[in-house]
Amino acid sequence: MITLRPPLPRRQPFPVANTMAIEQNEIEKIAELARIRIAPDQIGQVTARITEILGMVDQLQAVDTTDVEPMANPLDAIQRLRADEVTEENRREAFQAIAPAVENGLYLVPRVVE
Amino acid sequence: MYDKSVAQLVAGLRDKQFSSVELSRCFLERIARLDSTYNSFISVDETAVLAAAGAADKRIAAGNAATLTGIPIAHKDIFCTDGMRTSCGSRMLDNFVPPYDATLIAHFNREGAVVLGKTNMDEFAMGSSNENSFYGAVSNPWDTSLVPGGSSGGSAAAVAAMLAPAATGTDTGGSIRQPAAFCGITGIKPTYGRVSRLGMVAFASSLDQAGPMAHSAEDCALLLNCMAGHDPLDSTSSELPAEDYCAGLGGSLQGLRIGLPREYFGDGLDTATARCIQDSLKELEAQGATLVEVSLPHSHLTIPTYYIIAPAEASTNLSRFDGVRYGHRCANPVDLHDLYTRTREEGFGAEVKRRILVGTYALSAGYYDAYYKKAQQVRRLIKQDFVDCFSQVDVIAGPTTPGPAFALGAKSDDPLAMYLEDIYTLAANLAGLPGMSVPAGLVGGRPVGLQLIGNYFDEARLLNVGHRFQQATDWHQRRPATAPGGTQ
Repeated sequence: MITLRPPLPRRQPFPVANTMAIEQNEIEKIAELARIRIAPDQIGQVTARITEILGMVDQLQAVDTTDVEPMANPLDAIQRLRADEVTEENRREAFQAIAPAVENGLYLVPRVVE
Repeated sequence: MYDKSVAQLVAGLRDKQFSSVELSRCFLERIARLDSTYNSFISVDETAVLAAAGAADKRIAAGNAATLTGIPIAHKDIFCTDGMRTSCGSRMLDNFVPPYDATLIAHFNREGAVVLGKTNMDEFAMGSSNENSFYGAVSNPWDTSLVPGGSSGGSAAAVAAMLAPAATGTDTGGSIRQPAAFCGITGIKPTYGRVSRLGMVAFASSLDQAGPMAHSAEDCALLLNCMAGHDPLDSTSSELPAEDYCAGLGGSLQGLRIGLPREYFGDGLDTATARCIQDSLKELEAQGATLVEVSLPHSHLTIPTYYIIAPAEASTNLSRFDGVRYGHRCANPVDLHDLYTRTREEGFGAEVKRRILVGTYALSAGYYDAYYKKAQQVRRLIKQDFVDCFSQVDVIAGPTTPGPAFALGAKSDDPLAMYLEDIYTLAANLAGLPGMSVPAGLVGGRPVGLQLIGNYFDEARLLNVGHRFQQATDWHQRRPATAPGGTQ
């Protein structure tokens, strides 16, 4: 039998996913969250594909999962901890040798603070 | 030498019939001559291969060789190799030379095996046809107009075309088993946590698992012996001691209960493929196994569940590719935001971007419960189906795929059709169970695979069932007629 647990209090109203009507501007918002630029001439096709996929996964909404505990790990394992000891040597030079841009041991990015 | 099994090559090296340098040269020569047809390798470093082979020969001469010392093995280009480019099939990592070895690679190096090269794959292991690679599609050695399967398509094609005696792969939703089936070889995805994930570029961390791909179950057992075991550096690696997977090979199948899920033999399964599977099951029955009909009632939910969980985990894992510390960086970024968004636009291919977007959506505020949590709940129902089945049977059997390999280009523009290819393999990843594919026949000259799913950490039993099957059949010994040296 399934391991049952008291249902968790919901932190927010359970949204009814109306994905068939996903709008282009919603995809633009998601792309922004994911930090992926989508060229303007491709946004329509990307929206169509994502809509298809979300339509397919919507089958899950019909399944009764009352009192079913979410499964994050197939073995229901919990995060193992180790002693708080230094076990690794510092390899900064090796790691920075493969970076796109470094200077004086720092990773370089475009100016953030004016 | 190139047509021998790993077990035969181990014996040949031990008996000094040939050296590791001779053996390695043989495969290097075949790769150089033939791989322009298959495109199964992304990187081959001949100098490093011969140096490793030379060191192996010295170790053999000194009398302290391990089992796989001197055996050339191809590795999926998802495993970090210290000093050798690890691209993961992506433009994002085209320039990435890792400063460390994956634990799996370190195990093979310690054993004295030779890294023959890094094999082609779907970008970040996302795909079922190997058409999503930055380095181009891989061809199926049985018919070069067909896909080899994916995402470990390069590993499967390299072994099938006898460019490598064995290879490693990874399987997040079928990426070892499906290409093994399409290319007529044997592959096993072990239980989640059996093989270390350290240094294996992460796709979906609760599903990813590495495993061997070779001609036979016996060869897979030889490789798995070197791969399996606890890794303190991977917090999800199992602490259960690894077994000697060769020790039980040959044991009788008398009394073995094999469950046949009725959901795996219904609509959508190609008739000729179904016949091959039925014939294979008869062979196992003839050896004393009992066939029992079972049910996995949530099977129809594996694809939607997988296509929330895998993209959600992928969107999290792939957020590390930001153009700052390693990998691709766009030219002349105007600001940090431009650096991130353009680097990721240029570095990722279409399917990877799609999955990141779907995953980001499923995890975003307001949708988390409806998608991600819901999928995790259904995932438990899917696992429970298997737990119930394994109270009645020892092994579950069925087809690996709905049919044999399809044509290159046939599904590359239709993600949903491509996702259906993994309908029989996804469940083992969602449940974390070991799954294996063994060659089970030819349909119009195209190989098909018998899938065996075992209980948790029951890899030894799966390998033995595969081995017994292969002692009575010769499907695993067939080689594609088009591959030079092949005899169908």
